[in-house]
Amino acid sequence: MTTPVLSVRGLVKAYHDRAVLDGIDLDVDEHQVVVLIGASGSGKSTLLRCIDLLEDIDDGQILLDGRDISDPRIDADAARQAMGMVFQSFNLFPHMTALANVALAPRVVHGSTRKDAQDRGRELLSRVGLAEKADAYPDKLSGGQQQRVAIARALAYEPRLLLLDEITSALDPELVGEVLALVGELAANGRTILMATHEMAFAREVADTVCFLDNGRIVESGSASQVLTEPQHDRTRQFLQRFTDRLA
Amino acid sequence: MTTGTIDRVAYRRSRARRSTLTALLSTVVFAAVLLFVVTSSPGWSRVQDSFFNLRIGWDSLPALLEGLWLNIRVLVVCELLVLIFGLGIAALRSLRGPVWFPVRALAIGYVDLFRGLPLLICLYLVGFGLPGLRLSGIPTNPVLLGGLALVLIYTAYVAEVFRAGIESVHPSQLAAAKSIGLNYRRTMQLVVLPQATRRVTPALLNDFVALQKDCGLISVLGAVDAVRAAQIQAATTYNFTPYVVAGLLFIALAVPSARLADWAAGRVATRQGAV
Repeated sequence: MTTPVLSVRGLVKAYHDRAVLDGIDLDVDEHQVVVLIGASGSGKSTLLRCIDLLEDIDDGQILLDGRDISDPRIDADAARQAMGMVFQSFNLFPHMTALANVALAPRVVHGSTRKDAQDRGRELLSRVGLAEKADAYPDKLSGGQQQRVAIARALAYEPRLLLLDEITSALDPELVGEVLALVGELAANGRTILMATHEMAFAREVADTVCFLDNGRIVESGSASQVLTEPQHDRTRQFLQRFTDRLA
Repeated sequence: MTTGTIDRVAYRRSRARRSTLTALLSTVVFAAVLLFVVTSSPGWSRVQDSFFNLRIGWDSLPALLEGLWLNIRVLVVCELLVLIFGLGIAALRSLRGPVWFPVRALAIGYVDLFRGLPLLICLYLVGFGLPGLRLSGIPTNPVLLGGLALVLIYTAYVAEVFRAGIESVHPSQLAAAKSIGLNYRRTMQLVVLPQATRRVTPALLNDFVALQKDCGLISVLGAVDAVRAAQIQAATTYNFTPYVVAGLLFIALAVPSARLADWAAGRVATRQGAV
């Protein structure tokens, strides 16, 4: 058996004695899409932020390709370079054009020449359907376009793992589709993805594994059809009930 | 265009014309009343003679302009130094890690000290105290010493402005910069400082206007700037008009800077509104 790209072991994160993550175990294999579902405050975002080393963890281990990156002695900046994160509120750099946002990391972190970084940036922007917006500043782009630039920015340095934190939650309903279509494409191309989302239909379509989080624990995990259509736990059923109610 | 649209436009135009006219009329009346109150006061003729004497004012103008030229040169050099050192101090204050504790503490102490110290006292201490040490290499030129005092005080203010700007950059920007693998130095340099400086430009220009007039205070050290030139002229003519002229010159210098500050503030506001 090959080592998973990401392996989380007994992860604990607390804010002021309140455990937000209470012993999380999770594996993401190469080319897999793992979807985290759960109510707001269940710990999905915190888990993703801990994995990207944006938060200090209190206990447990995070292994990336078998290497413990949660060890405080390692270079966190270097570890983050192997992961790409996309945020709910886009977080593009507002003082840079779309192209500059995408080309930044390859140029200053990975030592590409300016020209190489820009060529690569243009290629990525055209892949996310925004070739003509290369010179636009973020405030001139729609939410969906900003989020697609953010995805291009996260892909620009070929990360081993893509972390997507409710990337469609801040979008108008008619813009959600364009972003999800892009993620679906990435999944089909074999990207390794760990994502938190409330888009159940999308989860069913692309997820290899779905994990249901509640109060900082993974209550239930399994294949998409298993967890979403035949949930074993009452909490999962209650949570999913709300989505089916909304659709009915 | 429909008739309704044309009507509406015509109505709005007539309203705008009436507003302009009312404003003009109100200004004229207001100025007339003010002029009457001042000129009908019992001491007006004497005040007019000793503060608004056109002949003396005109004669003192060349000397005052020469003094003002010194003020402008001091202003430009000081402003540049203040911006550089202010940004430096702000950056030092934001350094992390225990190694930098003494540097952070020094920066904080410096800002506390010079933001609290009155400029005049600082001028005396630097202008008379430093040369009094009789160390070799310390300049005795009042312009240099006065400029040094100005830089010391204003750097403390500007450092605080920059720090406020740095802290106004949202943590999500730091998270984004970290997530793509930028280290702390790169994050500051490429993500935080560019946004911070843009945001604080209006406040910096405001401090610039303040520095502009405070440059006149180097006269207390004996530098022959516009204020000192006015003092000399006043002493030889027994008339205060040179001070008034020097004051007008400083105002004339400050008005464009003030408009520039307003414009910059407006631009930042519209940019943020556009997001």
